[in-house]
Amino acid sequence: MDFLTQSLAEAFTMLVSLDPELYFIVWVSLRVSLMSTLIASAMGIPLGFLIAIRHFRGKRGVITLLNTLLALPTVVIGLFVYALLSRQGALGHLGLLYTPAAIVVGQVILILPWVAGFTVSAVSRIDERYRRTAMTLGAGPLQTAIAILREARFGILGSVIAAFGRVISEIGIAMMLGGNIKGFTRTMTTAMALEHNKGEFVLAVALGIVLLAVSLAMNILLQVIQGWYGEDR
Amino acid sequence: MMRYFFKFFLVIFSLVTATPMNTASAESRIITMSTTTSTEASGLLDYLLPEFYADTGITVRAIAKGTGAALRDGMDGNVDIVFVHDEEREKKFVEDGFGTKRYYVMYNDFVIVGPKNDPAKIHDAVDSAEAMRKIAKARTPFISRGDDSGTHAREKQLWVATGLPLNRHGEPIDGRGWYFAIGQGMGPALVMAGEKDGYLLSDRGTYLHYKYGRAQGYDPEVIYEGDDMLKNPYGVIPVNPERFSHVNNDLAETFARWLVSERGQEVIGSYQLHGHPLFFPDARKGQ
Repeated sequence: MDFLTQSLAEAFTMLVSLDPELYFIVWVSLRVSLMSTLIASAMGIPLGFLIAIRHFRGKRGVITLLNTLLALPTVVIGLFVYALLSRQGALGHLGLLYTPAAIVVGQVILILPWVAGFTVSAVSRIDERYRRTAMTLGAGPLQTAIAILREARFGILGSVIAAFGRVISEIGIAMMLGGNIKGFTRTMTTAMALEHNKGEFVLAVALGIVLLAVSLAMNILLQVIQGWYGEDR
Repeated sequence: MMRYFFKFFLVIFSLVTATPMNTASAESRIITMSTTTSTEASGLLDYLLPEFYADTGITVRAIAKGTGAALRDGMDGNVDIVFVHDEEREKKFVEDGFGTKRYYVMYNDFVIVGPKNDPAKIHDAVDSAEAMRKIAKARTPFISRGDDSGTHAREKQLWVATGLPLNRHGEPIDGRGWYFAIGQGMGPALVMAGEKDGYLLSDRGTYLHYKYGRAQGYDPEVIYEGDDMLKNPYGVIPVNPERFSHVNNDLAETFARWLVSERGQEVIGSYQLHGHPLFFPDARKGQ
């Protein structure tokens, strides 16, 4: 118990003293995670939307595939992308391995099924009549799409926030593709693993606190955004 | 309504994209190095690399892994230089054309760590092989790194030296119940040995760090040390530019030469961990 309280106390001191190393690690983590969430959203939301509103053969199969991909372990993605980005791999000439960009590539693959899959279910929940009404009222395809997306926005936004939580807390991809390089690709999770390897817990505990704080902040943000919409209606 | 949404994402997007992901402008003065966890966890890199930067203006990006994985990075051309400790595999690495030349840089030593009361009575063993034999005979827990690291390679050499029957992984055949291969780094292995009252082979640096570098301390002690077979030489090898044209061989050579120069050797020798010297200069004349 002493050990935990002592680590916590020192961790708080570190946080308050604005330790540059600590905050740089936090910054790397946030930047990489936001980037991959943005890219995955830009690809996943339209993809999920199309799957939800179109009727085509094998639709069930696609949805099952998306749901299966939700369970992809990070180390499997790490290995796969490693083999691709390694100098011996197909995309080796890009020299991306052990850079933040490599982590982004892996993380986008990790959360794309989340964003797409949850968008499918959020959009599917919107009543078919809603779409037809919009069209009867003279809305074009784009306007109809916007109307449906607007109806489904909470579900979609929720999936984006969940995806962000997933990437900021994952370690397999960040470690294998980023390489935990100090001041370059060291993220909160890889730094915590390293500190544990070193047998030092203060920085690790401090980072753990930040990680929780970031999740809390994202969820509060979600609540606030939902609040805005609620008042607007 | 939607406007808030867009504004919110616009702010985040500009925040994220405003700073470049990979600073390509300074790329020419940066090399990437794969090294072992021991150089990083012991704090040597944090001491050494800034000195090197001060002398040459070259940034070394270090990736710490087991020696096997670090050499693999070199064999795939993913790094410019490797800095590891497994002499045999390093020599093979150069022979196979992956590296230009292996430089002797420094050595540290391994120690056999175990519970204070030394249940297997290895303290007076005549050599490290006998110490290991005694552990096997007493069937006291032994924690193996089991991760293909340099330390793990040395464990296996010691087991061979004991003359005990080994399986194809180089583990004692009758190891069930006392030989635990955990596939993790030095730190977790030390912790597990402490929890299980077992022995393990550790590099001195990580051990010192656990013993003296932490508020909560560490109970196990060095039970056996000093044998020649426990010496642990580190070598640095620039990756061969004839094999991988993209590697930054000039800067990698600069780093290797700096390490074995008088200045580099002095920096290495002056590094202390909790008041104990840890790495001993080992550069050879004319190398």
